[in-house]
This record gives sequence, C-alpha cells and structure tokens, in this order.
Amino acid sequence: MDQVYKVAPQLLKFLSYLLGWLPWIGKPVAGFLSNPPAWFLLAVAIAIPILFVVSVFPGIFAYTTLVERKALGRIQNRIGPNRVGRWGLLQPIADGVKLLTKEDIVPRSADKFVHFLAPVIAVIPSVLLFSVVPVGAGLVPVDLNIGILFAFAISTASVLALFMGGWASRNKFSLLGAMRAVAQVVSYEVPMVLAAVAVVMAAGSLSTLAIAKAQGGGILNVTHWFVFRPWGFVGFILFTIGAMAESARTPFDIPEAESEIIAGYHTEYSGFKFALFQLGEYLASIAMAGITVTMFLGGYNGPGSGPGILGGLISMFWFFAKLGGMIVLTIWIRGTWPRVRVDQLMSFAWKVLLPMSIVNIVAVGMWHYIAIRPIAWVVTTLWLVLWFITLSKLAASENIEKREYRYAS
Amino acid sequence: MIQPLTDAKPYTLTPGSNGVIETQTLEVSIGPQHPSTHGVFRMDCVLDGESVVALKPVMGYLHRNHEQLAERMAWLGSMPYTDRLDYFNSMTNNWAYALAVEKLAGIKVPDRAEYIRVIMAELTRLLNHSCVIGFMLQDLGAWGTPLLYAFRERERILDLYEAVSGSRMMCNYMRFGGVRVNLTDENLATAKDIATRFPRFLDEFEKLLTNNEVLLARTQRVGVLPKELAINAGISGPMARASGVDYDLRKVDKYGVYGRLEFRVPLGDIGDVYDRYYIRVLEMRESIKILQQALRDIPQGPHIAPEVKLRNFKIPPGDGYGRIEGPKGELGFYLVSDEGGKQPYRYHVRPPSFINLTILEDMCVGHKVADVVVILGSVDIVLGEVDR
Repeated sequence: MDQVYKVAPQLLKFLSYLLGWLPWIGKPVAGFLSNPPAWFLLAVAIAIPILFVVSVFPGIFAYTTLVERKALGRIQNRIGPNRVGRWGLLQPIADGVKLLTKEDIVPRSADKFVHFLAPVIAVIPSVLLFSVVPVGAGLVPVDLNIGILFAFAISTASVLALFMGGWASRNKFSLLGAMRAVAQVVSYEVPMVLAAVAVVMAAGSLSTLAIAKAQGGGILNVTHWFVFRPWGFVGFILFTIGAMAESARTPFDIPEAESEIIAGYHTEYSGFKFALFQLGEYLASIAMAGITVTMFLGGYNGPGSGPGILGGLISMFWFFAKLGGMIVLTIWIRGTWPRVRVDQLMSFAWKVLLPMSIVNIVAVGMWHYIAIRPIAWVVTTLWLVLWFITLSKLAASENIEKREYRYAS
Repeated sequence: MIQPLTDAKPYTLTPGSNGVIETQTLEVSIGPQHPSTHGVFRMDCVLDGESVVALKPVMGYLHRNHEQLAERMAWLGSMPYTDRLDYFNSMTNNWAYALAVEKLAGIKVPDRAEYIRVIMAELTRLLNHSCVIGFMLQDLGAWGTPLLYAFRERERILDLYEAVSGSRMMCNYMRFGGVRVNLTDENLATAKDIATRFPRFLDEFEKLLTNNEVLLARTQRVGVLPKELAINAGISGPMARASGVDYDLRKVDKYGVYGRLEFRVPLGDIGDVYDRYYIRVLEMRESIKILQQALRDIPQGPHIAPEVKLRNFKIPPGDGYGRIEGPKGELGFYLVSDEGGKQPYRYHVRPPSFINLTILEDMCVGHKVADVVVILGSVDIVLGEVDR
C-alpha cells in the first residue's frame, strides 16, 4: 500500500492526461485528478491492492482447478478436461456458469440463516490472508508489523465457517465432517505456529515483508533463503505439512473425505454456495502456499529481483513462480497419496510435528549463538537429525510390520 | 428410519454417577446412496464419536428375482442372466453354471474347451483382483490413481473378451459342454501378450503401493478376521486364504484341467485388510503362471462337445451342485431337475460376495468409521451378486 501511495499521484496524472480529451466531463475530471486531495490519494492507494487481490487470486484459483484436473488426469493416465476451449482453457468459466445456474437446495430441517452464512464466511478469511502476502519487492497490500500473527489468527477463523456449515446442515455426515475439521485445524495450528516461530526468531520480525527482505542477498539472491538452512529446511517441511492439513488437502482431507463421509461439511451445499466453499478452501491453500514461499523459499527474492520497476517485476515473477511450484506440489501429492485416518492424523500432529517444531526452535537458537558458520551448520544438522531419528523411532506405529507369506503345500 | 436430531433427549456435559461424561451415540446410515458402498448397499452404523459400536449390513436393494426367473426358463436361457450376477466376472459365472449343468446332465467337455475355460477364468481373476485393489485404494482416499492404473490393464483383457465373445462385460461365452466360439490363433497371441505384460504392471503397482507408509498404517491390523470365524462363517476365496484357511477349490476339486496345471496357493496369517490386499497380489502372480501353462499346453480339437444339442436341451430328473473358485470365492449353483427336464425345478446360487459379507460387523466393530469403508472394500463385493 505504501508503494502504491507513493506512485499514486503519477498514476492519477497519467489518468488525467488520458481522460482530458473527453468532452464535457474531461476538463473537470482531469483537473481533479492532476491535483487530488489527500483523502482521494489514500482511497486510491487502498483500492488498488484490494482490486489486485480480489481479481488476481480468484483467477489463480480458477486456473488452479484446471491445472489440478489436468495434472490429476495425467497422473491417472487420463487426458483431463479438453472440451471447452483449447486445452480446456475455458473449463473454469464453464464450471462457474454451471454452478451459478444450479438449483440452490436448502434442507428442510436446516438452520437456514446459518446455512446461508457459512459459505460467505468461508471466503472472507481466505481473502483477508492475502493482505499480508508480499507479492513482490515491497509490494504487500498491508505491511502489518504483526503480519505472521495476523495470518494465523485469520486462517484459524476459517474453521468457524466449516463448523457452521456442518452444524446448520442437519446432516450426520456434515456433522462428522465439521467435528473432524475443528479437531484437525486446531491441532495442526500448533506445530505450524511453532515452525513459524523459528523463522520469526531468525528474521527478527513478525512482518512478512521484513521476513522476505531478510532472505535477500547472497549468491544470485538465492543462498540466503531460509530453506537452505538446516532449521529452515525442517521448518519448511513442518510448515508445508501443517498448511496442507490446515487447508484440508490430501492426504489430510479427512473433513471432506469423499469415500467415508461423502463430502463432509459441505454435503448439503449445492450450486454457488458449494462453489464458495471451494473458493474459500482453495484461496486459503493458495494463501498458505504464499506464506510458505515468503517464510522459507525466499519470498520474492530470486536472480534479478530488487528495487525499481524492472527489479519489482522480476521479483513478482519469482514470487508467482514459487507459488505455482507449491500449488503443483500439493496437486502431485493429492494424486499419489492415500488418506490418513483421524487418529493417525492427530497422533502425527502431537507426537511428531509438535516435538519436532520445538526442537527446531532450539536449533535456531544454536544457529544464532554459534558465530562460526561451519560449526553452526554441523551442530544444528546433527541436533536435528538425531532428534528426527529419535522421534520417528518413538512415534513409529507398532502396527507396521514387514510380512512374509507362505504357500499351501 | 433415521430419527431427526430434534428428538434426541437433551443432555448436559456433567459427569454422571460413575464420573464419566455421558455422551450419545450417533446412528449413521451409510448407504444406499454412498460413494463407497460399491452399489446400493446400506450399513446401519452406530457410532460413538468416530468409533463403530454396532453395524448392520442391510441388503436387498438390488434384488432382481434372479433365481425365480431362472426356474421359468429353459436351461440355456439363464446363461446370459448369470453374467449379471457378478458383472465384473461374467466368464467365471458362466463357467460355474455350465459346470453345474454338465454335472447334472453328465456331459463330457472336450480338452480344448477346458483349456479355453481356464484361460478365461484366470484372465477374469487378474481383472477382478487388480480392480478390487484399485477400488479398495479408492476407499482409502487415493483418488482413483491406482484404480485407473488397474483399469488400463483391464482394458486389454476386455478387448480380448470383446474379440472372443462380442461383448466386453456381459460375455455369455460358456455353453454346456464347451464354449460358444473357438479361440483363434490371434486371440491366443493376445492372451499371451497380456500374460507377459501383466507381471510388469504388477511390479509397478507394488512399487507404488506395497510399501507406502500410509497404506500400511491404514490396513495392517484393521478388520481382522480370525481363522476360526472365517471357517465357521463359511468364508471362501481370497478372504478365507488371507485368514490362513487353506481352501482353494482349484486344488480341492481339481475341476476342469486344474489338476494338470502347477500353481501354489498363497496364505496369510493374520487376516487383516493388508493380508487381503497382498494375497490378491500373490494370487495374480500365480494366475499368470497358470495362464502361461494353459496357453502353452492348449491342444487342438473341438471347442464344444459335439453330442450336446443346445436346442430342446433336456436333463433327466436329479440334483447337482457345481462349484468353482471364482475370483471372489466359492461360486456354486445348486440345480434340481424334475420330470420333463426342460427347465430347472430349483435353481439356487451360492454367491461368495453375499456370504463373505455376513461377518462385516465382526470385522468392523471397534474400528473408526473411516476403516469401515476400507474393510468393505477388502471384502470385495458386487451388489449384483449379493442381492441377485
């Protein structure tokens, strides 16, 4: 927003130059725009990021669904959508039209108001999440000094919508799905926040922009990414797992496990309400991928990124390229992994992820206080590897065994 | 009838007299319209949170009056209807019915026909087992990927069926005393090709799945069927063998030419979902061996006993039970012929899916609701056969 505020007068001057040719209204509008009052500048500076978030990310969502269906198709040796437009490029639009024209069914015994409210509420936190995701050098809608904290607070709020939907539907499958969603999101929040604490400690700030800035420099703007640190690598994996569980992606899609509880909390939703749930869910997972990129994968930093117009454009390219990479990763996992069970999901969160994220925080401390880098590398790596082995030994399910089969004589 | 939630008695979260918070159980009706009940099948589950307290399988939504229909029809007339029992494995259904009639009428089947039947039955077993594993993993949440890999192989087998019988699924291929159409050399070459390709597919399948940690954690020690219960409940097929029951009709009866072919019967020890999964993989490997032997040894000759008149076919009074080792278990037909002998007086099917399904509750109670669908998937049911 600050960046936009700085360039807003130039932008408006350009606009006034364009509009000045119009008859009747041209002159007064151009005069107003070339010398705008302060409140108008502020309004423009607020409106542009909002328009960016509201237009770009739903677009990414629409084409994520297409990429997902195409990629899943290739994984499952099918072709995927290819009927609407070339390579199925108009498929998201066709889907949107289909969902808009579908009959909107509300169950007779449902709580109608809450049933209506839930999909609306599902979208809001997901959109708000983007307000702290820096998409380029200095380009963040709001540079909150508590950005990371804000992101976690908001993303947890989305569970409210899931529970409202599940409860108001008066369907037992919905209720089961809602129960699972609450349990899952609440437990995965903890290791996720703790994994983020490591990054906050290293960057010394809660602001997402500051965290991204801390990862700049080094060779080609790459070597200082947090993922190339031992603690950062572990944190990246912990955070990615947590983010996938938080946004209910396979293999943690148990709140809407199709083969078990039909569609979970959105069993009783049809038409555009269903689309809103999908929108909220995908936007949340895209935003979480954006935050993962910001915290671990260097954010907008990459070869050529930096201040100025060209550096800013290159930094935007790097951010969106990494975001696309994270999205494809989740799709790939979805196409190849079976789902875990509720109790396994919980024990994984509390027995593996949580201890590991605490160990990771200690590793950051070591990294900070050991001044000689090679020694810090060796010590933190050893510490993390030893703990990883111990924890995986402790948490290994006693059920898993290697079996030999005999043949009847 | 599902009780509406409003009728539930109000309760407070205060500890009862024994110090435990009283909670309610939830009765959920999984099915008849549900993505993972493999058709119109219902399970009345009583859940305590996520755990299953009681489960009642409810069948009969797909009842089609199969047995009564067959009793009103000439002997050959119900051959196409047997295709519709277990619509995945029409070839073995045909064979079981043909075997029962041949036993009753005392028909001798020529050697080539017996070999063709073995080839078709083993192809069916490959088709069924690979798809069952795919469906089971679909229930595990693997989103169709293993299933569609299995379908890729199934497609080749179905193409062969189509070339041989004119139909991909409803083959109607066996006749009393043989098979309808002889196999050409081209068909045999296709079958050989399938037999050589299939092991590669199985290796790929196993590489992707068998050691997947999520699969192991989800399937091992889940839905255990003890050996005694399996015997007492009359369980047959891969399910019984996964529980360690050494019972394979191909070895016990040695029907057809199975006595001349060499193969082993894999046995499990625990009888959980993982055993049922892996026994099927091992059985497919044995099936490929049988297939290769049968394709090597198949003699020239007539494909159907020349003395059998299919028109105006009559059987002297008597009763007979013909059974084969279908992919799902013991598939038997009990037939009674009375005076006249133009049509069966009594026609009874012993469907493996139905009898294997009866112990569903014993396997499910105590597990989570997510396991129920996986256990059901590992039982391997086709509703056309359960309800008839």
